[in-house]
Amino acid sequence: MVEITDLYKKFGKNDVLNGINLSIKEGGIFAVLGPNGSGKTTIIKTILGMVIPDKGSIKVFDTNIKNNSDYRHKIDYLPQIANFPSNLKVNELIKMIKDLRGKTDADQNLIETFKLEPFLNKKLGTLSGGTKQKVNIVLTFMFNSPIIILDEPTTGLDPISLIRLKELIQKEKAKGKTILITSHIMSFVEEVADNIVFILEGKIYFKGSIEELKAKTKQQDFEHAIANILIENHA
Amino acid sequence: MLKILKYSFFDLMRSSWSYVYFAFYLLLGIVLLFLNNDLSKAVITLMNVIIVLVPLIGTIFGVMYYYNSKEFTELLLAQPLKRSSIFLGQYLGVAISLSMSLILGLGLPFIAYGLFKSNAIWDFSLLLIVGIFLTFIFSALAFNIALSNENKIKGFGYAILLWLFLAIIYDGLFLMSLILFEDYPLDKVSLIGTMLNPIDLSRTLILLKLDISALLGYTGAVFKQFFGTSFGLIVSFLALTLWVGLPVLRIIYKSKKKDF
Amino acid sequence: MKLLFSVILFIISTSFASSQTTTVCNAGCDFTSIQTAVDSSKSGDRIFIKKGLYKESNIIIYKKSLHISGEEGTIIDTQNNGYGFSVEATDIIIKNLIIKNIEVSYTKEYAAILLFKSYDFEIENITVENAFFGFLIQKSKDGIVHNNTISGEGKAEADSGNAIHLWHCENIRITNNDVRRMRDGIYLEFGSNSYISDNYSTENMRYGLHFMFSNENTYENNIFEANGAGVAVMFSKKIKMYNNIFKKNWGTASYGILLKEINDAELKHNIFEDNTIGINADGTNRITYTENTFKNNGYAIKVHGACYDNIYSKNNFLYNSFDLSYSGNLNSNKFENNYWSNYTGYDLDKNGIGDIPYRPVKLFSYLVNRTPESIVLLRSLFIDIIDFSEKVSPVFTPENLIDNKPLMTEVTW
Repeated sequence: MVEITDLYKKFGKNDVLNGINLSIKEGGIFAVLGPNGSGKTTIIKTILGMVIPDKGSIKVFDTNIKNNSDYRHKIDYLPQIANFPSNLKVNELIKMIKDLRGKTDADQNLIETFKLEPFLNKKLGTLSGGTKQKVNIVLTFMFNSPIIILDEPTTGLDPISLIRLKELIQKEKAKGKTILITSHIMSFVEEVADNIVFILEGKIYFKGSIEELKAKTKQQDFEHAIANILIENHA
Repeated sequence: MLKILKYSFFDLMRSSWSYVYFAFYLLLGIVLLFLNNDLSKAVITLMNVIIVLVPLIGTIFGVMYYYNSKEFTELLLAQPLKRSSIFLGQYLGVAISLSMSLILGLGLPFIAYGLFKSNAIWDFSLLLIVGIFLTFIFSALAFNIALSNENKIKGFGYAILLWLFLAIIYDGLFLMSLILFEDYPLDKVSLIGTMLNPIDLSRTLILLKLDISALLGYTGAVFKQFFGTSFGLIVSFLALTLWVGLPVLRIIYKSKKKDF
Repeated sequence: MKLLFSVILFIISTSFASSQTTTVCNAGCDFTSIQTAVDSSKSGDRIFIKKGLYKESNIIIYKKSLHISGEEGTIIDTQNNGYGFSVEATDIIIKNLIIKNIEVSYTKEYAAILLFKSYDFEIENITVENAFFGFLIQKSKDGIVHNNTISGEGKAEADSGNAIHLWHCENIRITNNDVRRMRDGIYLEFGSNSYISDNYSTENMRYGLHFMFSNENTYENNIFEANGAGVAVMFSKKIKMYNNIFKKNWGTASYGILLKEINDAELKHNIFEDNTIGINADGTNRITYTENTFKNNGYAIKVHGACYDNIYSKNNFLYNSFDLSYSGNLNSNKFENNYWSNYTGYDLDKNGIGDIPYRPVKLFSYLVNRTPESIVLLRSLFIDIIDFSEKVSPVFTPENLIDNKPLMTEVTW
């Protein structure tokens, strides 16, 4: 499904990705973890073609993504920081994205789910961070693509919306989709992820299920298991 | 690309800057024509304005739009769209909306004044065409600067410097080198020097119309051929087109390499 | 008494009525050849040439006063052989003819009509086509050249002549003629007291009008357009130039008017438009330039050295690339009360005169004189800046060259 081979990326003098090899199989929820600046977002952005790798290749559904844009029809992406053109109104933004990507009716449902109706005619610049994130979620989930990438999806969400989001993720998983998540919230990851990848300084330190991680680090608690990797490698 | 162009264009049409720009030209046109009542003088003053201000506004506006629409750009990048379409769409959105402000802002007062019945219509159309070229050239240069500089302040700095250089400093250096090497035949050199600066190039195009009598006073076969025939006009327009084309190509090239 | 009077009248009239009219045509008239008609006529006779084509040249009229006229469509084809008419006579009229194909020569000045030592002549309604010289008038006086059209087909100055060429003539009126594609349109050498008006002179290779050593002449209401080098007035005194239009004289050595060694002339109400140089003045003294308009010229006026006591007042300088180029000292020449479209001053006391003086010479015009190629920088912002600094503190341009009383509105007359 997503095949990353020998990926390198430097920003200036900073080695961000140092030979990443990763293969993500179809179906299930996949969490990418790591401390700040470890390269999580960079990996996601290389998959999306927003960051261009120095070396290595990425294949999505067996097509190399280099100089290609059509494959992004198969990916829904929720960016980390929801920045939108502040001049646009919410419904105009939704209309525009639909115009760019194609028709869908799922947006109505999602707007109801996240109670966005009162904001539809407001300019994006006037919305709070949480509301923006909800709009962000609507934009991401309204297309029925086989891969969903969520970069810090929980940012700014109130508890009810968080529950709705988790339900939404489970629903999509049930449809057999592949969902890629990065998050700082360990409890959230533990709750939803089937498999995790742990990245440190641009390298993969662990790949497998949460159970495997716990077994490997001999810790009962997921959070402690993660901390354990960090301490071991920095000690 | 057309879709992006559409959204960029409407986004800009909504921003107050387009109206400021439009209002400025409208006011300028009205003041020039109705307070002065002299079409020939208005065309000359307008030429000075177009040659100096259009590049300045084009660069500043281009850089500003690029930095301000960063979020929009990132949103688009995750969509199944080609990078070149995204940036060309935005660039054309800026260039077209600026050109519209220019055409409408200056055109309306001139039409109200009775331009269509006047001989000045050709001079005026040439001015507008040159203004549009300059808008396209300088917004393209602005996008180039912005694409190469993540830092906003740096980007603005370079943009102002670029304008200052091409509008004033270049001519100073140009004049100095002409005086320094005055013992050599300079007609070819001076024409080439003109081609290398889009502002000088546009100025030359307008000179061909306004000051042809003076330009024909100079010896040198190259000058004669350039100014005395349509050769100069054709070469100047080709060079202007090149000046639009090269920065646009670099936008495409740069945008393909850039990380977001 | 009445009878006596009428008898005398009859006698007088018959004695003058010996003036006969003979006709010329290709068949059925008194003569078929113009020359034979001329030879058979006596002074005071009229010759009427009916329409048709006459292949004649070198028609000689010697000391006979004749009135020769043609019908509409009378064409004399000299077939590139010498002169059309060669005349030495008083009281001679030639009119209503088309004369064509005059021989081109590098040694002789063949013309459609040559007048030599002729007085009281009149040349009217003559069309000369494919002329070498048009009318060559030498040592003659008191004549009229009116309503003629002369055109040539020469390619270079060397193989073309002048349309109306006067040499050592006096008191000639040259009016309403159309002269084009010749070397000079109208040329006066050693001509005086002549009056030239309402002519249209265009596309001539050298000058539209050319004065040499010709004093006390007046020319007015003429139009000189797109001539190789404009109009030249040289080595002459007391020339009056009124109401003429000089336009589109473009080129490196092309002027509206070239003034060289001219004294006591007067230029008034002339319009100079779209010329590379409106007036090029070299060695001119005591000339007044009043109420002329200079519009869209490269240079309105270019003053070279040795010019004294010239007064430029009440002229309009409109949108010229340069209003004035000036060499040497100001020398008692004066610029006053002109309207300059480039003037940016103000008039607070509302008396119609700008409160700050105007400097018509720009630093850039000095630079262009030095390095001609720098003309490509015309109207550049940088040039505006250095011109402005020169205006504030003149270094290169004559400091006292100022119009102290620039007008706020255009002069009308």
